[in-house]
Amino acid sequence: MSSLIDVENLTLQFRTDEGLVTAVDDVSFSLAKGEVIGLVGESGSGKSVTAKSLMHLNARNALYAPQSKITLYTDAGEVDVLSLRTARELNVVRGGAISMIFQEPMASFAPAITIGSQMVEQLQLHGDMSKAQARKISVEMLDRVGISDPHKRIDQFAFELSGGMRQRAMIAMALSTQPKLLIADEPTTALDVTIQAQVIDLMKDLVNEFHMGIIFITHDLGVVAQTADKVCVMYLGRMVEEGPVREVIRHPKHPYTRGLIQALPRLDDLDSPLTPVPGDIPSPLERPSGCVFHTRCQEILGDICKSALPHDTQLDATHRVACHLHDTKEVGA
Amino acid sequence: MSDDILISADRLTVGYPLGNSILRKSVLKAVNEVSVHIERGSFFGLVGESGSGKTTLGRALLKAAPITEGRAIYRDDEVEYDLSTLDGAELKDYRKRAQLIFQDPYAALSPRMTVRDIIAEPLEVMGLTASRQETDERVREIAAKCRLNLEHLRRFPHAFSGGQRQRISIARALVSGPKFVVADESVAALDVSIQADVLNLLKQLQSDLGLTFMFISHDLSVVAHTCDHVAVMYLGRLVESAPTRKLFAMPRHPYTRALFSAIPSLDPDDRGKAQKLEGEIPSPLNQPPGCKFHTRCPNAIDRCKREEPRLEDPGDGHEVSCHRWRELLETVPA
Ligand SMILES: Nc1ncnc2c1ncn2[C@@H]1O[C@H](COP(=O)(O)OP(=O)(O)O)[C@@H](O)[C@H]1O
Ligand SMILES: Nc1ncnc2c1ncn2[C@@H]1O[C@H](COP(=O)(O)OP(=O)(O)O)[C@@H](O)[C@H]1O
Ligand code: SF4
Ligand code: SF4
Ligand SMILES: [Mg+2]
Ligand SMILES: [Mg+2]
Repeated sequence: MSSLIDVENLTLQFRTDEGLVTAVDDVSFSLAKGEVIGLVGESGSGKSVTAKSLMHLNARNALYAPQSKITLYTDAGEVDVLSLRTARELNVVRGGAISMIFQEPMASFAPAITIGSQMVEQLQLHGDMSKAQARKISVEMLDRVGISDPHKRIDQFAFELSGGMRQRAMIAMALSTQPKLLIADEPTTALDVTIQAQVIDLMKDLVNEFHMGIIFITHDLGVVAQTADKVCVMYLGRMVEEGPVREVIRHPKHPYTRGLIQALPRLDDLDSPLTPVPGDIPSPLERPSGCVFHTRCQEILGDICKSALPHDTQLDATHRVACHLHDTKEVGA
Repeated sequence: MSDDILISADRLTVGYPLGNSILRKSVLKAVNEVSVHIERGSFFGLVGESGSGKTTLGRALLKAAPITEGRAIYRDDEVEYDLSTLDGAELKDYRKRAQLIFQDPYAALSPRMTVRDIIAEPLEVMGLTASRQETDERVREIAAKCRLNLEHLRRFPHAFSGGQRQRISIARALVSGPKFVVADESVAALDVSIQADVLNLLKQLQSDLGLTFMFISHDLSVVAHTCDHVAVMYLGRLVESAPTRKLFAMPRHPYTRALFSAIPSLDPDDRGKAQKLEGEIPSPLNQPPGCKFHTRCPNAIDRCKREEPRLEDPGDGHEVSCHRWRELLETVPA
């Protein structure tokens, strides 16, 4: 499969009053056209910051390390995302080739503008079309995501819709410009399971129809199992494991991934005790030395974990892990 | 009311009056004729989509939402109260026996309060302690039980992680020594890695302190692992209520079945197997006639549109409110 976006050595810090905060540390991954990546990890692990980097959308106090490189492949050629500067240049990735949807749909809608005006405005910004054409496309898109009476709804405000409908309208708006990559940041976290199932279904259909790549950020491994081709697990800014969804969920190799799966309350086994990952995620201002997970790891090997950063070990062509437990395999490989 | 029941609600209704038009007063029934019996020392789970009335029922049992019809009796070893009429000194006394664990108490509190002040506030407001020293003692005692680091009592909560904040919230709810505790979406905002820890703590506290919990959650997996008994609500009505094992082994109501089916399976090869529930829960102001669920029920028949089913107990303690549950058990596998 051909690459849609390559992320290489992404390293990002934030300048804060309390000092430099490392949010993403040497993260690399690729997404192919039509591929769905599930990005998981507990809050603060750097998922949203990583995703926003793809649109060069982080706050002004963000500092990208010089070796960070993000390459987007479009029909018009390669785009070096982190070198984009002006609003015009950035349009290519923001709402152009890449769209983003959020947990809180209201974040996507301006409160005082109708859904329609906003969709039309965005379409005209990214494509050469008349207002009437843009409106027609918007109505079609609202209809496509399952909003009833799209002719009427288009002139309503987002707050007038129910939670599920708002989520659908946000998806319609994000997809109306036909992006190549959709970033979905916890889009179903606040929804009831019933509505979540509807939204996931809709997203799956749309990926097939538009052949988009998706980065699906979630902390729910069930949602990942149901949507993703590939899983990336982050912890404290590091990508600790990456692999095909079946592999990672059935045979997790990183102790943190194993911990996340064991902590899940499973419906098929009501007798098993719930096993938390012990301790709390450390403050980003107090990043542990060596392996960032060593303060909570139950399989810790000893001093090497406290002092040496584990490097990526490629277990096979598609599955990689960063943990000293797997160091030996690298030597053999 | 038998001795092992702590709270017994009988056709409890919470109605909110809305815009008094001259012709008719409309009332929003957030909870509609709900009967439940909560056993002492149990973990009673309450599930349903948002808007189904879970929070309102919990608040009614805490005497924080108006009981407009029906009644609810609270009885422990010392007192018996009728919650529908409770007031004055008895209400004050009930406040220390029945408490709510907030999902995020900081939203409502001054950021300048230390952890100690947050936990101590209920004691001070209710005047339950005679001296600052006694207050501090109670705070330390409950903080230790909630596995909080006592050195943290002097700090401000904004510096704490989600798990620690939730433990502070639990300590605040338990400091007055309640017997009945409502935990409303207490772990909803937590990461799974920490959620398990908070759930284990709640179970520990329940057995150590002899508490009775009403555990409200939209997460059925969490409820399955935590609760002894589960009640399912839809649009203000109780549609199914059973011991946890029974409910999860063989759900009887089409709504419960749909909820189960919507939980994303951890097996990537299970994709697309879920039976999807269409549409959304209707507004309580616009309640369908007949069975409240008929507008979304995959098994609805004509009778369902006309006649509302009643909650029935076929004799095995597994209550259900559906015209067709027996027949569906045989013909439609869960
Ligand atoms: N604008 C910012 N200034 C300072 N720190 C930030 C900013 N945005 C994010 N961070 C920090 O970066 C880290 C990663 O955050 P985020 O990507 O939002 O995590 P996640 O999405 O995995 O929960 C966190 O420690 C967060 O506090
Ligand atoms: N104080 C109130 N006044 C009017 N309506 C209310 C009030 N509290 C709750 N409701 C309504 O009652 C219904 C049930 O709400 P709630 O108990 O919060 O449900 P849940 O906790 O299951 O999401 C909702 O439709 C809600 O809008
Ligand atoms: S490197 Fe060591 S501490 Fe880190 S996850 Fe592996 S075993 Fe645990
Ligand atoms: S009574 Fe009818 S509509 Fe209601 S749940 Fe049963 S089958 Fe469905
Ligand atoms: Mg995030
Ligand atoms: Mg609620």
